[in-house]
Amino acid sequence: MTTTTRIERHHYDVVVIGAGGAGLRAAIEARLAGKKTAIISKSLFGKAHTVMAEGGAAAAMGNVNSRDNWQVHFRDTMRGGKFLNNFRMAELHAKESPQRIWELETYGALFDRTKDGKISQRNFGGHEYPRLAHVGDRTGLELIRTLQQKIVSLQQEDQREFGSYDARIKVFSETTITELLLDGDRVAGAFGYYRESGEFILFEAPAVVLATGGVGRSYKVTSNSWEYTGDGHALALRAGATLINMEFLQFHPTGMVWPPSVKGILVTESVRGDGGVLKNSDGKRFMFDYVPDVFRKQYAETEEEADRWYTDPDNNRRPPELLPRDEVARAINSEVKAGRGSPAGGVFLDIASRRSSEEIRRRLPSMYHQFKELADVDITAEPMEVGPTCHYVMGGVEVDPDSGAAFGHVRGLFAAGEVSGGMHGSNRLGGNSLSDLLVFGKRAGGHAASYADGLAARPKVAVDAVEAAVETALAPLQRDTGENPYTLQQDLQAVMGDLVGIIRREGELADALVRLAELRERVAKVSAFGGRRYNPGWHLALDLRNMLVVSECTAKAALERQESRGGHTREDYPAMEPKWRQVNLVCSLDGDNVRLTRKPLPKMRPELIGLFDRAELGKYLTDEELADFDALVADAGEADNR
Amino acid sequence: MSAKRQFRIWRGDETGGDLQDYMVEVNEGEVVLDVIHRLQATDAPDLACRWNCKAGKCGSCSMEINGKPRLGCMTRMSTFGDEETVTVTPLRTFPVIRDLVTDVSFNYEKARETPAFAPPADVAPGDYRMQQVDVERSQEFRKCIECFLCQTVCHVIRDHEENKQAFSGPRYFIRAAELDMHPLDARTDRKEYAQAEQGLGFCNITKCCTEVCPEHIKITDNGIIPMKERVVDRRYDPLVWLGSKIFRRGETPQTSVTTARQGSATPGSARGGVHSHAGGSHDPQAEAQAQSGVNWHREVPHPTAPAVDDRGRLPLTELTFDRAAAPSPFGDDVTFPLPPEHLNFAHPDQDDKH
Repeated sequence: MTTTTRIERHHYDVVVIGAGGAGLRAAIEARLAGKKTAIISKSLFGKAHTVMAEGGAAAAMGNVNSRDNWQVHFRDTMRGGKFLNNFRMAELHAKESPQRIWELETYGALFDRTKDGKISQRNFGGHEYPRLAHVGDRTGLELIRTLQQKIVSLQQEDQREFGSYDARIKVFSETTITELLLDGDRVAGAFGYYRESGEFILFEAPAVVLATGGVGRSYKVTSNSWEYTGDGHALALRAGATLINMEFLQFHPTGMVWPPSVKGILVTESVRGDGGVLKNSDGKRFMFDYVPDVFRKQYAETEEEADRWYTDPDNNRRPPELLPRDEVARAINSEVKAGRGSPAGGVFLDIASRRSSEEIRRRLPSMYHQFKELADVDITAEPMEVGPTCHYVMGGVEVDPDSGAAFGHVRGLFAAGEVSGGMHGSNRLGGNSLSDLLVFGKRAGGHAASYADGLAARPKVAVDAVEAAVETALAPLQRDTGENPYTLQQDLQAVMGDLVGIIRREGELADALVRLAELRERVAKVSAFGGRRYNPGWHLALDLRNMLVVSECTAKAALERQESRGGHTREDYPAMEPKWRQVNLVCSLDGDNVRLTRKPLPKMRPELIGLFDRAELGKYLTDEELADFDALVADAGEADNR
Repeated sequence: MSAKRQFRIWRGDETGGDLQDYMVEVNEGEVVLDVIHRLQATDAPDLACRWNCKAGKCGSCSMEINGKPRLGCMTRMSTFGDEETVTVTPLRTFPVIRDLVTDVSFNYEKARETPAFAPPADVAPGDYRMQQVDVERSQEFRKCIECFLCQTVCHVIRDHEENKQAFSGPRYFIRAAELDMHPLDARTDRKEYAQAEQGLGFCNITKCCTEVCPEHIKITDNGIIPMKERVVDRRYDPLVWLGSKIFRRGETPQTSVTTARQGSATPGSARGGVHSHAGGSHDPQAEAQAQSGVNWHREVPHPTAPAVDDRGRLPLTELTFDRAAAPSPFGDDVTFPLPPEHLNFAHPDQDDKH
């Protein structure tokens, strides 16, 4: 029957899967390099999850505090990731993000301004200086709209030159890729379907950039949209690439917990940056009790000092509400478990009693608007009820830091943005994701283009691989004995939320793996009711396979890593263990099974590790590493004396 | 706290369809999109509906709820009566693909036709300097989440497929306004473009777009009217109008509207003042001419879409005008009703006298 199935074929130089910030930036770069580029978007153009980012894009431009520079940003990023970051990615990110932000202005972006007319920068958790370029609290929307409009502007150039808007860059909206096709170890194309019609589509292209975002839909309480089913992670695995750091998931500390319909929706950190405080049901500002030793020096010990910081940051230490996200999430979790939570199972975030109504509305317009419309809560009059929600996956495709090319045994595959791993280590700082998208989106797009240039011959798509992909895609529609995909998704979300959630235990993780194996059997037999035209049940049935394999990676890696670090908290191993800092857990596919291997972290270059003081490194490094560091400092000292 | 509620949802595709009844559980604090998700998970797994963020930020879940264009994620169930049936239909202005999903490609085509931001040639990246007060006007329009509710509600295209070619819709008027107000945009013809290419003149300011905007952008007041005003400023400049009162007819400095027609002057126009609406004029010469009969060869202004609001008023800014209200589009010296003999009307059975 597969021989009679109609398949639309396209030829491109670079196919970018994902139309969020990273995907669009990559596509712009590939098109600027002269490549014929396709953008595949699971939703309509411009609806990507990037629009949800509220706080801003971190870039050490030094517009507000001139002491900021890339070294400070690099230090903050490594500190936030608990030194598990790929140092080279953190370095590139810190160095290049200001240029990427300025570039957006030439595309038409309108950031908020400082008094002297530069881009304004705001404070954010984990950043030493005000660093986040922002537009009120809708920075993600500004970013996506700017990139979208830049693509339109490139299309207008092509229209003038070639008479067609789609001559060199085309957006395939509401299109899902289900399979990457290989020629030996080289990427040869991508296979998928139009959501609207259910018709199949085949892209023949030597270079593919993955920019599919995260995996949050595997969790019950999440801020992520339906698109976040780990497609890119799974596509990469099946194509022979590897994933790293999959045990690290960021739970945003402050998601809405009331009303139930909007459970999981984020309350931006800027609420805390602008003066909001966290209180328990006793009305106590509890974050002072949860400052970990590694941060003791940078954070205020009294409410008075913390309150002075908002107006005089140079002479006071930061309020503990601005601790990195994982610390805040854990603190809230502990308060709720101790019975001091709000009625809906969160804590109170109070800005109403601390800032005037006009000021709140001016500084947090869409926050105010969102709560008013969605929950009929007036944040200028009453506190919000917030709690941890699954927000971001640090783990992802293991890539070469400079080019974004995937490791493992596949060539021609690139990844950027949330789907790539390493940049954020065990925990991402707020604001670093938007700049990550731009920096590594550009790099991946550019390197995909030069990879395509360097090929002597185009890889060929094998006919039988396409037939197999068609069969897999149609299978759920042809079965009527299997289970409803929605039930399976709910069961998967329950397993991940309950057993592989924010606080993890060995027994539960082992149990999760058993249940995921059972779910795998059930998902293999899933059936979807209805036809091929815009059938969400069928779409979900196909996505489930990806969600499942990515969940298995997370559960396996979480069981393996016997320590707590950043976005991975083990109740049975509560301490951070320097020995584990030297190890990345790498997932790959062995047939159908997820295989886990350990891989040492690359060693930081001397001039980069020299940016930290020894006291701080002492909290993260092993004794041998510290001895190396001391030798390095001694060498440098001698060199100075000579 | 949950209860069964009656929902009527349009099911079908471009070949047709109808409203189907569902009884579905609704819990406290839920929105319409939650109920649709529950239906997908239970009675109607193939019910097609777009959504993404479920937080009013992406503009995907646009639908018509009880006939009103709304975002499904922003419509709380508590806004309906306990016994009220909730009817959900797809956006009416766009062709249906399936169920609640419509083909919104019209909007993306119009977006592609709108000229992009033109960066200033001599400013390097990183050197852009703008004041907050200057970027705020454009920032209001950049809040747009492209839900296209303003597009679906606009009566110019809602039931007039034939207007879609020439009319871009409120979303793209504010895009033009945003670029027009951008402090560093290098193009200077945004308003002219909006009038000539986007069909700004079709808009008669009923403000429906502003009403449905989930981002509360003042589309009409802050976007469309200022664009129209400046177009009007040129076409109906009060100074030019005043000049026409001071100078003798025939010597009147012409506005662009009339000069365009002057080129094709017919013999009748050789007589002074014949291009005016002679009807209620107090000009004795014109009055006499009107009394002597209708000049069928006189040049009448080319019909243009009126740049007036729904009360027939020109939305002229009061700051630049000598009166507290807008002037009449017919000229302030015209009173209604016109005397019948002044009317430029030919009975179909009557021969042309001239």
